[in-house]
Amino acid sequence: MKTFPAIFTGIFATFALGWAGAVMIPQFQLGGLQPQVDEEMGDIYPINVGGVTDQGRRVYASEGCFYCHSQQVRGKFDGSDIERGWGGRRTVARDYIYDDPIFLGSMRKGPDLANAGARTTKPESFYRELYDPRGAVPGSTMPSYRYLFTKRKISGQRSVDALDLAGPDAPEPGYEIVPTGEAKALVGYLLSLDRNHALKEVPQEAKKK
Amino acid sequence: MSVTVTPTKPVLPQPGSAPISVAELDQVDRALIDASASGPVLFFYTTAITWLLAATVFGFISSMKMHSPEFLGGWSFLTYGRIWPAYIDTLTYGWACPAGMGTLIWLMVRLCRVSLRKPALLVFGGIFWNIGVTVGVVNILLGVNSGHALLEFPSSASAILFIAYSLIAIWGVAVFENRRPGPVYVSLWYLVGALFWFPWLYGAANLMLTVLHVRGVMQSIVVAWFGANFIGLWMGAIGLASVYYFIPKVTGRPVASYYLASIGFWSFALFYPWLGGAHLAGSPVPVWMPTMGIAASIMSVVTLATVFVNFAMTMRGSYNMIYHSPTIRFTFYGAVAFIVTGLVNMIGSFRSVDRLTHFTEFGAGELHLGVYAFFSMAMFGAIYYIAPRLVGCEWLSATMIRLHFWASAYGIGLLICMMLFGGLAHGSAMDNTGQPFESVIEMGQPYMRGQTVAWIVLIIGHAFFTINFLLMILRFGKPAGQPTLFAPMEGEPH
Ligand code: HEC
Repeated sequence: MKTFPAIFTGIFATFALGWAGAVMIPQFQLGGLQPQVDEEMGDIYPINVGGVTDQGRRVYASEGCFYCHSQQVRGKFDGSDIERGWGGRRTVARDYIYDDPIFLGSMRKGPDLANAGARTTKPESFYRELYDPRGAVPGSTMPSYRYLFTKRKISGQRSVDALDLAGPDAPEPGYEIVPTGEAKALVGYLLSLDRNHALKEVPQEAKKK
Repeated sequence: MSVTVTPTKPVLPQPGSAPISVAELDQVDRALIDASASGPVLFFYTTAITWLLAATVFGFISSMKMHSPEFLGGWSFLTYGRIWPAYIDTLTYGWACPAGMGTLIWLMVRLCRVSLRKPALLVFGGIFWNIGVTVGVVNILLGVNSGHALLEFPSSASAILFIAYSLIAIWGVAVFENRRPGPVYVSLWYLVGALFWFPWLYGAANLMLTVLHVRGVMQSIVVAWFGANFIGLWMGAIGLASVYYFIPKVTGRPVASYYLASIGFWSFALFYPWLGGAHLAGSPVPVWMPTMGIAASIMSVVTLATVFVNFAMTMRGSYNMIYHSPTIRFTFYGAVAFIVTGLVNMIGSFRSVDRLTHFTEFGAGELHLGVYAFFSMAMFGAIYYIAPRLVGCEWLSATMIRLHFWASAYGIGLLICMMLFGGLAHGSAMDNTGQPFESVIEMGQPYMRGQTVAWIVLIIGHAFFTINFLLMILRFGKPAGQPTLFAPMEGEPH
């Protein structure tokens, strides 16, 4: 039987190897990735939007949307994501350099949201989906996020964000349902999700959108 | 939470009585060692079981929400996106880690043959650990989530966990240093590995995500590395240490081949740290990463084969022990599940399969295979052996142990099947672009209901386990001496 120093050296070395290979080399390879700059067109992608998008991203994390939704479009050989209309091209590492935290996700109980803001450009549709998923899509298993909305008395003018609700969902007359700050930030974030911009890493697929 | 424990008083020979034999001395020695470890080990076990109950409730609620989203839908802190991570984290950090640490402590003192000094250090470690888990879980329920799977806890909670673990690791090194001379048994290799790997794993993952703040897909890479090692390597090492200890111990036959055990250990240490890459197939990472992961999962067949051959050879002629001994029955289930886990991981890593299963419940199925069917079952087996020896009181009811076994075995089996097959079906439906997404959701519903049924069975099992454990801790059982068996056995008891 081996002596302890030999065992310990082995335990150290094998783990160090895995750590170096599976974490440090990728960090050298990807850690310094920069946005793509097209000098002629004066065009930079991706851009760090910050502000409300960052707040919305935090709400997305707190509410655990990423346990049901992915944000990554796989290439034609890895899945039928593009055929499903979830994106015009596969997503690559450069798409995510400002995503903190990143939500590649490992589950698609619901559709991929990598390009949610390109598919749906109206905030009302997102509010509707969050307030009453089964009203939007019967049979949906998405939780409703009514606690991200408040009911309040209409004083004077009806507010611009108020939800257009009919049937059992509609509040009593004189009241309106409006999104809270969190819901607004979340929807701002969802609207910002568009990863269809052409990148030199994926030239051929990008043209097809 | 406080546990008062009166450890077994070893029967010391009276002066003037007949000279004692070596075997008797050995027994006194073991009893003294057990007595020294009983406080911390029982503390870890009791808190682990408390968290297991919490995990059971969270797991049931989240499974209900999958088919009836309005179930408890009004409360923000119970929304699926919070209750699910709360469930996974209580299961892993709340139940699995402390149960594993309790077993690790006991195996360490037994195998190093030293009495435990400074048990207070360990109890402190245990208290800190539980504070860390509580802070983390409460934060998740209140809506503080780092966004990284299995590392959801806020950095305050991770820091507490890290400190708690360091106390335990320092203690572990001290015990190992003071061990009595003699060969180092295989289980100890795994335990030393586990003690050493965890702080590196947990520390490095947290440092990279919070302090160094790596960006973009690097975060996913760190998380994949952490997740695979946390379950595969850390729980794997403690679980295997336990299996390597209890199968020979209870059957009374030495491990069939030390040579195989050694190959098994080194292939485990070499290949398992790479498995995380397989979960990145199709992701926006350099292509060599998933390829390395797939290669490692194929190579890990070496580990699986050595474990299989070794245990099959050790058990040969003793399979009837599965019928008699609770420890062997749980441990054997765990050992088989270890091999099944490895094979399912390997099959799941193939690109043609991963294409379908990548974004489905299949991953949750793999997680439950590793954390529950393998690790938790092995820990139940260990607890059934260790806890009565520390309390000095046997299990009250063999029937309750039997019910726990069948409920856990069938419950987790059903849960995992629903996840694996449900995942395959879900993935195939998504891959078929002709099928609209609404019908994909509808198709998944029967599997979700099946998971809830599995949870009801698990609730029953965990209830019996907890009641039996409580009664034993409160000393309602027979006084220690004869181990609780399912059926009387001829010849030597273990
Ligand atoms: C329990 C799983 C689950 C959770 C958690 C969840 N969703 Fe969903 N989501 C779904 C399902 C299923 C659908 C598809 C049916 C539908 O549209 O309601 C969906 C659909 C959507 C859609 C419409 C996508 C499209 O392209 O049609 C959006 C947007 C969305 N979810 C956003 C979110 C946000 C934001 C969160 C977090 C606040 C979230 N979801 C949390 C399951 C979930």
